[in-house]
Amino acid sequence: MSFFSWAWDWVNQRSNWSGQGAIPQQIVAHLGYSGLPLLIAALIAIPAGVAIGHTGRGSTLVINIANAWRAIPTLGLLVLLVVLLGFSALTWLLPLVALAIPPILVNSYEGVAGVDPGVRDAARGMGMTTWQQVTRVEMPVALPLILVGLRTSAIFVVATATIAADIGLGGLGRFIIDGLSSDQYGQVAGGALLVVLLAVLVLVLFAVLSRLLVPAGLRTRRREG
Amino acid sequence: MLSKTGTRRVHSVATLAAVAAIAITATSACAGSSSSANLSSSSAPGAGNPLAPSSSGTVVVGSANFPENELLAEIYVLALQGKGVKVTAKLNIGAREVYYPQVEKGAISIIPEYNGTLLSVEVNQKSTAKTTAAVDAALASGLPSSLEILNPAAAQDSDSVTVTQATAAKYHLKSIADLKPVASKLSIGGPPEFKTRVDGLVGLKSTYGLTFKSFVPLDESGPITLAALKDGKVQAADVFTTTPQIISDHLVSLTDPKFNFAAQNVVPLVYKPALTPTIETVLNEISAKLTTTALLQMDNEVITQHANYSTVAAAFLKTEGIS
Repeated sequence: MSFFSWAWDWVNQRSNWSGQGAIPQQIVAHLGYSGLPLLIAALIAIPAGVAIGHTGRGSTLVINIANAWRAIPTLGLLVLLVVLLGFSALTWLLPLVALAIPPILVNSYEGVAGVDPGVRDAARGMGMTTWQQVTRVEMPVALPLILVGLRTSAIFVVATATIAADIGLGGLGRFIIDGLSSDQYGQVAGGALLVVLLAVLVLVLFAVLSRLLVPAGLRTRRREG
Repeated sequence: MLSKTGTRRVHSVATLAAVAAIAITATSACAGSSSSANLSSSSAPGAGNPLAPSSSGTVVVGSANFPENELLAEIYVLALQGKGVKVTAKLNIGAREVYYPQVEKGAISIIPEYNGTLLSVEVNQKSTAKTTAAVDAALASGLPSSLEILNPAAAQDSDSVTVTQATAAKYHLKSIADLKPVASKLSIGGPPEFKTRVDGLVGLKSTYGLTFKSFVPLDESGPITLAALKDGKVQAADVFTTTPQIISDHLVSLTDPKFNFAAQNVVPLVYKPALTPTIETVLNEISAKLTTTALLQMDNEVITQHANYSTVAAAFLKTEGIS
């Protein structure tokens, strides 16, 4: 019996799709536990990364902190927060937001910092204000990298949002944790498979998003660059 | 501009490499220290030859890798030394999978065990024995010939249904049976398998007729479960009866008069050839005086107050007039 056959058998069992705490319910919950932290992280990390990229100040410090930050054990942080904060929304939000910030921050910074200096000069020369330079020139040019950062974070968060199940919440982690504790490996494999499929879906979504949002001209440049 | 970005990248790589090196060193140090706690059977007396008396008459007392078990082993060690027995202590060995084969072979002579779990894990997974007497009888007939258990202590580290003091006062709860009229208003928490376990929700329903409002899957009497009780996320939870937070969080473990949860008395597991009348007398004396309340109190001292294990063990022996 392979992981895949266990997973496939479990996912194909009709009874797993209906009733309380069934697959559809947990997928929706999982999207919530992934989507909200990603959104919050983007709201924090994109402006921060863009600002650092535009001014060039503090880049070494912030980027190195962001990279070292990835070593934070998300699960450990979750348990610590349960002890400190109890069962509030912050308890599961903070670890996942912390997980999502570094890729978005670093990529936003790299995207803006990597804008051709000639282009920046031209924008300045045209009399654009700082705000105009950033929003009309630098961010659009940096968009492909920003999207890469968002995509990377999205996959991390979708994969890690399984930890919400550790504190009695739902999501696809529920199948993994419940299955492990009762030795039902079909359930574990099935839950894991669903997480993988969801992550693949995220990849596809971002590919579509990239195609829609990134102007054709930039896309050509990136392929050559 | 390119070289500036390039340098920044090199700095980032160097920093990342430094952090990685530190992390790897720290991880291998942790792994190193846990493997050094593993038993090496070559140094143990009587290993591999159960017929030979141990060359120096030294007895090896082991313990599992959690504080309460280490404390119990410490009590055994000090009491035996007080009676002039030569003792080697091998504490914090690991989980049962690691130490049990060692006791079977005689590399460890004595280890504190819990009769219920010992029975269900090593002897008979399907055992339905619940009371101390039934569990001990099943162990006596089921343990391998090289092993035996001595007298059980009254002290138990077992599952329970535990509530906060406020909840106990509100609904006048002393035993699990008292939950019957109010269970439908309460949420109960425990490890995920508690939902389907024979002595979990299933047993509580068949033994006491309880149907709770909801079940919240947490951890095994760990920080998440205790936080949930404190926070009010659940009103009842499966908490081990010697968990120190019972004292510090003012919790009440309800009694289990109908034996839904199997007995988990502390009992010395002994390698027969190493047993002498002196050892048997001393260990039985300890078990006669060890109550759940006393054990809980000592656990609180070593776990929450970080007291020294030997000090707490010695104080217990002095109070009880042993050694």
